[in-house]
Amino acid sequence: MTDLSDRQKLGYIASQAADARLNVELETEGMTLNIGPQHPATHGTLRIICRLDGEQVVWAEPSCGYMHRGYEKLTEVRTFPQVTTLVNRIDWLGSFANEVPFILAAEKLMEIEAPPRAQVIRTILFELSRIANVSLFLGDLGVQMGAITPVFIAFRDREYVLNLIESATGGRFHPNFDRIGGLKDDLPAGWIDETRQVMVKLREFCDIIEDLLFGNEIFQSRTRGIGIIPADIAKDYGLSGANLRASGVDYDLRRDQEIAMAWDKADFKVWTHPDGDSFARCWVRLQETRESCKIVEQLLDQIPAGPVMTKVPRIIKVPEGEAWVATENPLGVMGYYVVSKGDLGPFRVKIRTPSFNNISIVPWALKGVYVPDIITILASLYFILGDIDR
Amino acid sequence: MDQLSDDGEATDTLALPGDGLREGVLDDLRSRIGDAIIDTHLVPNVDLWVRVRTDAWRETAVALKADGFTWFSFLSALDWMPSPYGKGEADPTAEAEEPDTEIVQGVTGGETRLQVFARLDDIDRHVGITIKADVSDDAPVVDSWSTIFAGANWHERECHEMFGIGFNGHPDLRNMYLPTEFEGFPLLKDFPLVARMVKPWPGIVDVEPMPAKDDEEGTSSS
Repeated sequence: MTDLSDRQKLGYIASQAADARLNVELETEGMTLNIGPQHPATHGTLRIICRLDGEQVVWAEPSCGYMHRGYEKLTEVRTFPQVTTLVNRIDWLGSFANEVPFILAAEKLMEIEAPPRAQVIRTILFELSRIANVSLFLGDLGVQMGAITPVFIAFRDREYVLNLIESATGGRFHPNFDRIGGLKDDLPAGWIDETRQVMVKLREFCDIIEDLLFGNEIFQSRTRGIGIIPADIAKDYGLSGANLRASGVDYDLRRDQEIAMAWDKADFKVWTHPDGDSFARCWVRLQETRESCKIVEQLLDQIPAGPVMTKVPRIIKVPEGEAWVATENPLGVMGYYVVSKGDLGPFRVKIRTPSFNNISIVPWALKGVYVPDIITILASLYFILGDIDR
Repeated sequence: MDQLSDDGEATDTLALPGDGLREGVLDDLRSRIGDAIIDTHLVPNVDLWVRVRTDAWRETAVALKADGFTWFSFLSALDWMPSPYGKGEADPTAEAEEPDTEIVQGVTGGETRLQVFARLDDIDRHVGITIKADVSDDAPVVDSWSTIFAGANWHERECHEMFGIGFNGHPDLRNMYLPTEFEGFPLLKDFPLVARMVKPWPGIVDVEPMPAKDDEEGTSSS
């Protein structure tokens, strides 16, 4: 500025001051953006309040409670067998998987185990609900980014799985099929062959989705490197399921705990991804769907003969005690802490749902991202509203 | 990533009777915060419970995190008072039983009606631990875990609105589910479940004879 005249200097200073004023004014004009409660990206009624600075999020906060049904209170006035009807509705896309950990917790307190045949059928139905749940996620993923086709394919192919669940249990969405000591019924005739055929179709579905979405340039550019969650942050927030494994943490309760289910009879791979971004989370879920098909196919060959129900009293009284059972549900680690006082109903049930923890990371994960990325990050974290609010 | 070798290790460490895994965890914890532990309950190969002093609640989380319990599962509270409204499943037509008022605090005992409890998992050793602490009736406040485990933030908010327990050092204890002006703490046992009061549950109807059976009996007797 040395060779500038005084007049030029003054002009420069004035322009700087004007710029500064403009910047200050822009900064104070931060905007609050409400996403939801009614928004296709919220899978129900989740509201996300974002403070924006231009196109960037400076602060975000999910607002839950639009679907709070108070299941923890309601379980206290139900008998043990009645609770499965309630917990069916927590993650409504993979209902059967919700019943299993509660029933296992009750069985743990009663010190009984379901017969081997029931354990294998339970595991098959569990994996089928995972396929039904995650296949919808894979289709829905396209919709969040403006691709309409995958969701139609997903709805079509999910129907095959729902038909299987319906023909075995009688309920498309809410089977209520698991009982303390076993299962309500045996499998219908011809079900095993039918399931084999459906598994072939679902593998094709995974290939189609991989071709359509995961190879797509737009999909990749919108998910790769977006919403990165490092492993230690993921563990701190208690993330689970594919969200945790996509951050490179190799943790899957199907493999990592001793439980009265049949996962140890199947040979499957637990997929992880080192990146921790939105793409990794989606990719891990795609691979998991394939692994689930593999597990189902292997277990179909190993269903032992025998009863599907052990001897339990007509009126079930669960002995006094406390038990914690968690399983690897479609959305992540779901667990029940059941306290019994030796009555017909539980004294207290604490329900640990995966989406609650998975969504608690949203304020952290959305900080500093651009507005269109909010949708892809939320979609890749994959939550079900009933699973957050309970 | 190698599933087979991982699997082998996992079953080896878990399958042995009284394998020392949970005993080892307990010994490690004793060496760190020995004087804070009040009571423990260990079922070999199944689960481990530890009750600590209320003022050591935060210290316990720090110690466990250093011991490898880095995965936060949940945090909540227990209300050990039996419900003054009787048992939910009781038959409404039968004569009301004398309500039970004795407070019995689960597997690791306790002195107060309310307890906070939380669960942490070690995802390398595949072992979990449940930690409990008494919450005094007069000043139901414990230290917050939210600076140790970020995930505890929301769990403490939920616990605060459902049980009325305060958390020292929590950044923001707003309600999660209920309206701001809501009064009462719904998960406390003395909070009435109004729907159940208005229309009593018909009890364990499903253990009565099925209607078809009734008809058969009816036709045979007539």
